[in-house]
Amino acid sequence: MEITAKTAQQLRLTEEEFELIKQKLGRTPNFNELCAFSGMWSEHCSYKNSIKWLKTLPREGGRMLVKAGEENAGLMDIGDGLGVVFKIESHNHPSAIEPFQGAATGVGGIHRDIFTMGARPIASLNSLRFGKLEEDKTQHLLSGVVHGIGHYGNCFGVPTVGGEIYFDESYHTNPLVNAMSVGIVKNGETVSATALGKGNPVMFVGSATGKDGIGGASFASADITAESAQDLPAVQVGDPFQEKKLLEACLEVIQTGAVVGMQDMGAAGIICSTAEMSAKGGVGMRIDLDKVPTRQSEMKTWELLLSESQERMLLVAEKGREEEVKRVFEKWDLPCSVIGEVTEDGMLDFYMNGELDASLPANELVLGGGAPQYDREYREPKYLAEIAKFKPESVAVPEDLKAIAEKIIALPSIASKRWIYTQYDSMVGTVNTSTNTPTDAAVVAVKGTTKGLAVTTDCNSRYVFADPYKGTMIAVSEAARNIVCSGGLPLGVTNCLNFGNPYDPEVYYQFVNAIKGMGEACRRFDTPVTGGNVSFYNQNPDGPVNPTPTIGMVGLLEDIREKMTLDFKEEGDIIYVLGNITDDINSSEYLHRVQGVKYSPAPHFELEEEYALQQQLASLIKSKLVRSVHDVSEGGVYVTLCESGFNRELGFSVSTKGGIRKDAFLYGEGQSRAIVTVALANVQAFEAALNIPFEKIGVVSSGEIAVDGDFWGTIDWWKDTYDTAIENYLAKEDAGSALTAI
Amino acid sequence: MKFGVVVFPGSNCDRDMFDALKHDLGQDVTMLWHKDRDLSKFTTEDCIVLPGGFSYGDYLRCGAIARFSPMMQSVIEFANKGGKVFGVCNGFQILCESGLLPGALLRNANQQFVCKNVFIKNSSEEVFKIPVAHGEGRYYADEQTLNELEANGQVIFRYCDENGQFTKDSNPNGATRNIAGITNAQRNVFGMMPHPERACSDILGNTDGRQIIETLLMAKQLVH
Repeated sequence: MEITAKTAQQLRLTEEEFELIKQKLGRTPNFNELCAFSGMWSEHCSYKNSIKWLKTLPREGGRMLVKAGEENAGLMDIGDGLGVVFKIESHNHPSAIEPFQGAATGVGGIHRDIFTMGARPIASLNSLRFGKLEEDKTQHLLSGVVHGIGHYGNCFGVPTVGGEIYFDESYHTNPLVNAMSVGIVKNGETVSATALGKGNPVMFVGSATGKDGIGGASFASADITAESAQDLPAVQVGDPFQEKKLLEACLEVIQTGAVVGMQDMGAAGIICSTAEMSAKGGVGMRIDLDKVPTRQSEMKTWELLLSESQERMLLVAEKGREEEVKRVFEKWDLPCSVIGEVTEDGMLDFYMNGELDASLPANELVLGGGAPQYDREYREPKYLAEIAKFKPESVAVPEDLKAIAEKIIALPSIASKRWIYTQYDSMVGTVNTSTNTPTDAAVVAVKGTTKGLAVTTDCNSRYVFADPYKGTMIAVSEAARNIVCSGGLPLGVTNCLNFGNPYDPEVYYQFVNAIKGMGEACRRFDTPVTGGNVSFYNQNPDGPVNPTPTIGMVGLLEDIREKMTLDFKEEGDIIYVLGNITDDINSSEYLHRVQGVKYSPAPHFELEEEYALQQQLASLIKSKLVRSVHDVSEGGVYVTLCESGFNRELGFSVSTKGGIRKDAFLYGEGQSRAIVTVALANVQAFEAALNIPFEKIGVVSSGEIAVDGDFWGTIDWWKDTYDTAIENYLAKEDAGSALTAI
Repeated sequence: MKFGVVVFPGSNCDRDMFDALKHDLGQDVTMLWHKDRDLSKFTTEDCIVLPGGFSYGDYLRCGAIARFSPMMQSVIEFANKGGKVFGVCNGFQILCESGLLPGALLRNANQQFVCKNVFIKNSSEEVFKIPVAHGEGRYYADEQTLNELEANGQVIFRYCDENGQFTKDSNPNGATRNIAGITNAQRNVFGMMPHPERACSDILGNTDGRQIIETLLMAKQLVH
């Protein structure tokens, strides 16, 4: 087979990249080698179109124990000799094709990133985006994704403690499935994804390798599949039971002290794990691919190199201690074989039945080594001019504000996600304290200590679409705000950057400005970006998805008993809005979904106002002057008040503020605000402690809701409407009536 | 008394049970490996716990493989000698599969996994808030068995609402006669779908599970 630029193109490498490969090798690569480059230089593995901008993010400092990108996940110090390991990753493309397995393997993959570092995962979160809920396709994708996440996470035994879901037509063809895992590790027991020591054995553990997921990271070339593997499933298949055993075995094998380095096999399978571990250690490897356990006969070299079969690990052990390692995996009934050894020359030599089938310099394959890095051009998108034209005066304040509220509380992006989260085991592990006492960010206990972690995922992509720079600052701010509202100190960020095609200058503009906004906000909150994932090409002939830079954030509570909850506590408590109440309906769910205005600017946001609010909230919580704290987000003040009332079925009587549109007061999404309640006896001390704008808006009631003196029903009715809205959409016979209500 | 918690491959509530017994209830607990058989350290005063999870992946039928594990053979012997055995969730499924308890746990009526707080009531009319988390928790037995269970007072928990009423809505999985937990005729083997170990710690904001474990398993010791 002659290897030409055309072959390279079929493998999604450009002509220039093919020339670069020839230059680096000093010869024309064979097909196996070209496949290796195709996987490793894919967007997914090489970050070739994003790394330049990612490097501008704050990527060290604070409590970070490893620099961003150095290991499989971020690692931060939380004291008591412990570290928190966390990361978020996308599984968008597989989930679009096969939602159940796509989502399931997304969950499996992110947990592996955590335990390959020696940490035990204790919490998982997700961030999901779908098209409009009334569409059959959305319902199919939603039910498959939820089932997949539940199937994997419930069996693996890590609680799903939080997440977010939005429904917007931009995700109709390209749903987003981002999964995050958070784990705990003892200092000194972390394992690095580094290969070291000439002659040390390279071991392959976990499931046997099959032809599933080949090219998942890089190419889905019709020519390749037509020629070689017509029936390959494009999507990997997950086995959570196998992964659960792999978790226990990996944590146990680390205790032997015989492990030099370990890396999970995710995208680009064996080639990626061998290349990255070797490059990092400045070594090479000699691998006998015929020793890799396979579940299909006659797998070819390139298939073995690229297979993305799940639940596999590459492990480098100390020479002479192979048996200790094998004993642990035998105990857990997991295959474990020595497939090669570490060499000194920096070359990856892959043998098949004694024949050298591929010989590649490890460093040339990887990000930071030989992988290309590109500057992409970008240009302000035309739609931004449309957005700038919006005049709020063009929208009249509705007469019947209660009827509007009834629509808003049932909007799919706002209503309770009960139908979804009850399908996830949220309590296994006995660390999730937010089940019985709700909080803005999920608060999980760190067993054996008094500490807690506050964890959250956030991104309102409509704001990012309207203003990529400001919208991404809002995403970071909301994550930090949720943590602060729960009594935590924000520590660090992991990001999942979901965008369209980076070769489209307008999409790239969104990406560049999102990164700039993220960097600025993260620097202000002292929350470095510890790692994450870039997912480009979330695009179809109708266009790209809304730019969605999902923020996963972890915060720390030194004493978990000091956590703050979001629910109203008692009738008679006084309700305040902290922060500026702005005359702003921009980009709100209300404006978009109820008024039908597609283009409007991002809502009011000033980074310094946000910072001041968070500082104020933290000190109020510490001085115990507030009884509940809930940040104002989608749906505005009214939805926030309802959410605070639901847990104890308490209502509220509030007054709107003069000089502000009533719809803006109730449903506007101007940023940097929180609803807090204060016991009557503490009102004076509370107001004296405030050094940011605030407004006393009302009082907690036993259940009735009143707005400007008008009776709006009782909290149980609003709760029932909120709880059942999504279920009503999904119950087919009710779909019609729900649809006409919106 | 001592507790032993059996660890099957795929058990995932084993550590939660261990933590609840050890740290929240101050009990003496050890972990037991599914490939071992030795229960010689345990007397009939002690209790063996089968925890929740997905033993052996539960790919065939929940608990169907676990019943054949070496440790289960010893647990069955132990139970037959009068030793206490307590199965929660997957543990309850294993007890039914192994014949230590009558009936079976079927796929939830709505075909979905469910995880949430539910209320259950014991024969003393006490109501507890306890979480469930299962896909196959719908208790089923034939009419005759059910009548016998009720006649002998072997139904130890039923799903109810907050006020103790046995309503359809309060039944999370469609279990026959709202049954959430049962015991055998000898009253030394107990199985329940809800997870009391998830409601034992102050920090989780629910300690109803402590009383369940104490009254069910430690009553004898409390009397002493």
